[in-house]
Amino acid sequence: MPDTAPTRLRADVAIVGAGPAGIAAAVHAAGAGRRVVVLDASPRAGGQIWRHQHRESLPAVARQWLNRFDRCGATFLSGASVVDASPGARLGAEQQGRAVTIEADAVILATGAQELFLPFPGWTLPGVVGVGGAQALLKAGMDVRGKRVAVVGSGPLLLPVAAALARAGADLRMVAEQAPPDAVRRFAVSLWRTPSRLVQAAAYRSAFLSVRYRWGTWVRAVVELNGELIVTYTTGRSTWAEPVDLLCTASGLVPSTELARLLGCAVLDGHVVVDDFQQTSLPSIYAAGEPTGNTGMEAAVVEGTIAGLAAAGPATAGQRGSGAVEHLQAERAKHRRFAERAAVAFQLRPELRDRVEPDTIVCRCEDVPLSALHPDWSAREAKLTSRAGMGSCQGRICGPAMQHLFGVGADSVRVPLTPTSLGVLADLTSSLDDSEGAP
Amino acid sequence: MSSTVRIVANGTPRDVPGDISLAAALLNAGYTAFRHSVSGEPRGPVCGMGACFECRVTIDGMPGRRACLEPVRNGMQVILDA
Repeated sequence: MPDTAPTRLRADVAIVGAGPAGIAAAVHAAGAGRRVVVLDASPRAGGQIWRHQHRESLPAVARQWLNRFDRCGATFLSGASVVDASPGARLGAEQQGRAVTIEADAVILATGAQELFLPFPGWTLPGVVGVGGAQALLKAGMDVRGKRVAVVGSGPLLLPVAAALARAGADLRMVAEQAPPDAVRRFAVSLWRTPSRLVQAAAYRSAFLSVRYRWGTWVRAVVELNGELIVTYTTGRSTWAEPVDLLCTASGLVPSTELARLLGCAVLDGHVVVDDFQQTSLPSIYAAGEPTGNTGMEAAVVEGTIAGLAAAGPATAGQRGSGAVEHLQAERAKHRRFAERAAVAFQLRPELRDRVEPDTIVCRCEDVPLSALHPDWSAREAKLTSRAGMGSCQGRICGPAMQHLFGVGADSVRVPLTPTSLGVLADLTSSLDDSEGAP
Repeated sequence: MSSTVRIVANGTPRDVPGDISLAAALLNAGYTAFRHSVSGEPRGPVCGMGACFECRVTIDGMPGRRACLEPVRNGMQVILDA
C-alpha cells in the first residue's frame, strides 16, 4: 500500500463530479481565470451520461464539452472519491490509496444522481443489476452478446438502455415500464414541446422493434435456478415467469446528496435547495445538475454554467443580472417543467412497495431484512437498532429505499463518506486539522 | 484498437481488452458473484458507478476496491471473495 504524504491542493473553485454539470462549471470558472480542481470517482471525465471508453463513440455535444474541459486549464483528479468535507470549503479525498486535501474558496457539488433500487424478493442475487447500472457496465466493456436480458423499471432511461443492449447483441426478452399506459401516453404526447426528445425516443425504440415495450408491468420476484434467473412479472391482473441471464431493474433516479448533507446544505424533498445562482443554503457552496432535481443532461449543462460563473466570484459578478445569465435561467425553468411532467408520468405505483416480504433484505450491506425494521423508526433509529444504513454504501442504496417504503427522512451523513484505509483517514484527519477552522 | 492486458483473478491469468473496467472483465470471465455479504450471500455488481459497493474485490493487496471504478491494468492481481 502506498504510504506517501497527503497531497495538498489549493484552488479558487473545487468541483465534485465531472459529468455534464461539473464539466460546464469547470469550463466557465476556469474561463473566468479561476484556479479550478475537479474530482471524480471514475477513471474518466463524462459522468454517467457521457461515460465512454473511446471519445469517438460519444455524441458531438459530449465530445465538444469534453474537449473544452481538457483545454480549460482545470486540474482533474480522476479515480478520486471524497471522504470528508467541511463547510469551510475543504475537501478530503482518496485517490488510489493516497490522501488528497483540497482547500478552496468555493465548492460546486455536481455529484449527479443514482438509481432508486426498491427491495423485492431476489433483488440481491448476482445478475440483478440496475438499468443505468447495465448501461454503465456495458459502456465499460461488459459483453452481453447472446445473453437473455430483461429491462424493467421506470422512467425515460429504459428506452436508451434497452436500445444499447440490443445493439450490443443482447437477446432482449422484455422491456417494461411500471407506469400505466395512459400516463406514459400523456407524457409521450407532451414531448411535442421538445421535438428533439421525441425523435430521440423513436430512434431508441427502433433498435428493438421485435420486442414488445410493455407498460403497467413490473417485477414481482426473482429466484435463481440452475444458473438462470427466473423472473416473475406481473401487471396486477396476470402474473407469469420467464428465465433470463441478466435482469436490469430500477425505479428511476434519485439525486446524490450525501456530500451536500455532510456539509450541512439544506435538502428538501430529496433535492439540494439552491437559489437563482445555484448557491446552496451555505455561502460559497453551490450545487448543479441532478442534486437539485432530476432534470437531465441539458439542464445539468445550464446549471453547471450558472454555478461556474457564480462561483468564479466578484470578477464575474457583473454576469449577475446580465442578459446571458437571465437567458440561462429561462432555459433552466424550461427543463424543470419537463422534469415535472416526467415525474408525474413515471410516478411509482404503490404495488412496488408491497413486494417486500418479511425476509426480504432491505439493507444489502448489513443484510437487514424487513422483519428487523419498524415502519415508525426514523432513519437514525433504524441505523442504531438494526444496523440498516451502517454499511459500506453509507445508506446510499437502502436510504432512498426506506424513504420510499416507510416515508422516513434521510439520516445525517457521517465520515468517511467513502470507506478508505485507516492510513488515508489518518492523513486526511491530520491534514484537515492543520488547516484553520477545520472541524 | 485496444491492446490486451493480462490480469490474474483468483490465481488464474486472463487476457482481457486493455480499455475495459475490472468489473466488466470479471463478468466477461464468467464471475457473476464477486464477494459474499455479511450473512454469506453471493453478490455481484449492481449500480456500475461506485454507489452500491457490491463489486468490492482485493486488488494488488488492497481490499475493498470497487471493481466498477477500476480500469484493468497489466499484471493486476485480483482476489474475489466468492
